[in-house]
Amino acid sequence: MLLDVKNLDISYGSKLTVSGVNIQLDKGEILSIVGESGSGKTTVIRAVMGCLPGRGHVSGGSITFGGRDMLKNTREDWRKISGSEMSMIFQDSGNMINPIRRIGEQFTDYILAHAPQKSKAEAAEMAKDMLNKVRLPNPQNIMNSYPFELSGGMRQRVGIAMAMIFSPKLLLADEPTSALDVTTQAQIIRQIVDVRNEYNAAVILVTHNIGVASYVSNKLIVMKNGHVVESGGREIIENPQHAYTKELLAAVPVLGDKKYYER
Amino acid sequence: MREWCVLSNKQLLGRIGQIVLVLLGISFITFALVMLSPGDPVRQMIAGNEDIVVSQQEVEALRHELGLDKPFIFQYLDWLGRAVQGDFGFSYMVKKPVIEELMHSLPATVILAVASTVFMLLVSIPAGIYSAVKHNSWFDYMVRGLTFVGVSIPNFWMGLMLLWIFGLKLGLLPIVGGRVSPETLVLPALTLGIVMAAKYTRQVRATVLEELNQDYVVGARARGMSESHILWKEVLPNAMLPLITLLGLSFGNLLGGAAVVEIVFSWPGLGYLAVQSIIYRDFQLVQGIVLWIALMYMVINLIVDISYNHLDPRLRKAGK
Repeated sequence: MLLDVKNLDISYGSKLTVSGVNIQLDKGEILSIVGESGSGKTTVIRAVMGCLPGRGHVSGGSITFGGRDMLKNTREDWRKISGSEMSMIFQDSGNMINPIRRIGEQFTDYILAHAPQKSKAEAAEMAKDMLNKVRLPNPQNIMNSYPFELSGGMRQRVGIAMAMIFSPKLLLADEPTSALDVTTQAQIIRQIVDVRNEYNAAVILVTHNIGVASYVSNKLIVMKNGHVVESGGREIIENPQHAYTKELLAAVPVLGDKKYYER
Repeated sequence: MREWCVLSNKQLLGRIGQIVLVLLGISFITFALVMLSPGDPVRQMIAGNEDIVVSQQEVEALRHELGLDKPFIFQYLDWLGRAVQGDFGFSYMVKKPVIEELMHSLPATVILAVASTVFMLLVSIPAGIYSAVKHNSWFDYMVRGLTFVGVSIPNFWMGLMLLWIFGLKLGLLPIVGGRVSPETLVLPALTLGIVMAAKYTRQVRATVLEELNQDYVVGARARGMSESHILWKEVLPNAMLPLITLLGLSFGNLLGGAAVVEIVFSWPGLGYLAVQSIIYRDFQLVQGIVLWIALMYMVINLIVDISYNHLDPRLRKAGK
């Protein structure tokens, strides 16, 4: 078991916002957490990554990653794991990098932070290779660009390239397609699946789009108001038990006579 | 292309044109205001502030000699014609050309401006950053309390207090000013510096705090960047941008002379000269000082804009 989350409770200050979340994930598996805004799905992966904002903290349960109790991590432990063994793709990766520094500088700084034995030139080569892998044309050009000079789709690919550079064991994707148009959405989702196939990484995909979720994942968790209402394998889609899951599925548009999650 | 300046030639010429226009406008308005204000410069010039009886004939003769009996607009054009040739008139008060008197007072003002700004930066930048990083710690509360008191204290009161403590009670520094020297510089520079540092520390703290809450900081943490890297290489360069504007404004202000503090400490700078020239109705000198203040403001602002373009790639690229 790569990631084992048991009875996870998360509080902001003294207010319990998410409770009783269980996740079991193995290499190569894709888990989707589905739910509306405010259901606590992003909070769960932020807790897994140890980057809850403000006064947020884990108030109960356990998180074990690669056999290691993550709740015992020091700040420095978290720093070493974040971005190398575990990495995150955000809704708008362009916002998650410094607006006034070139992408190349930030990418190489990042590589050197986890691989200090490398030279700057080696780090830049690594970065360009990875940009090439996520099908960004002319990597050198991207390296010299500032975030505002790229389109949303290109920035998202840069985000994926950065997240994959150390072949993490676990990839956390927080609404990675919500800010994109439909064509780009499909490409980005395919990219994430490719990455899983190539590195055998485990993926947690947070999305409010149950259509996207059911298209790619082996496992699903449906959340509402900080609680898990339903979880399991693909059978959730074919035979939803909870009324809320049924509602979410009913909201998926019909193409021809097929809902597009049926494959 | 010129590396030092990222504004295009056209933009730069435009800005300089703007400065010239504003200076013309300001000179006209000050000229008019001085004319409209009560008091007769000719009498003032002959008698000073003493009660000497002067015959009306003598007054009119001098008025004619100085060209002060001409219509307002001709007087202004006369002045302007000479000003563009670098002659800003003659000061009745000190019996010297205005430009000479300005240059005489300028070093004192520049020294005071630089000293107080350096002091302000040395205090406010570390204090503001540390207080933002250790948000809600006892240090932060202390900084917030002290700076709140600092921004509420008027300059002159702070000056008098410092004089009283360091000059009278402790006898460490001279009370009598009137000259430029390291000992006489300390108190006026401290007075200006402390009050500015209070304002600036709050600003640095607020700006850094705001930047620390930006998404790119969350992103950098998620990539496992160290906190010191995040602070020095990501947050501070972004926080510099708004701070430079403020710094430019305060420095421009100081170069125009800090009248109140210069009076309190009899510091022979431009602010002191400005007040004297107003009291003596030495309107050519007033005119010269006002123009200098306006020019400083605009030049510093231009420098701020150029540096801004340099530091923010979004502006740099948008300008092209």
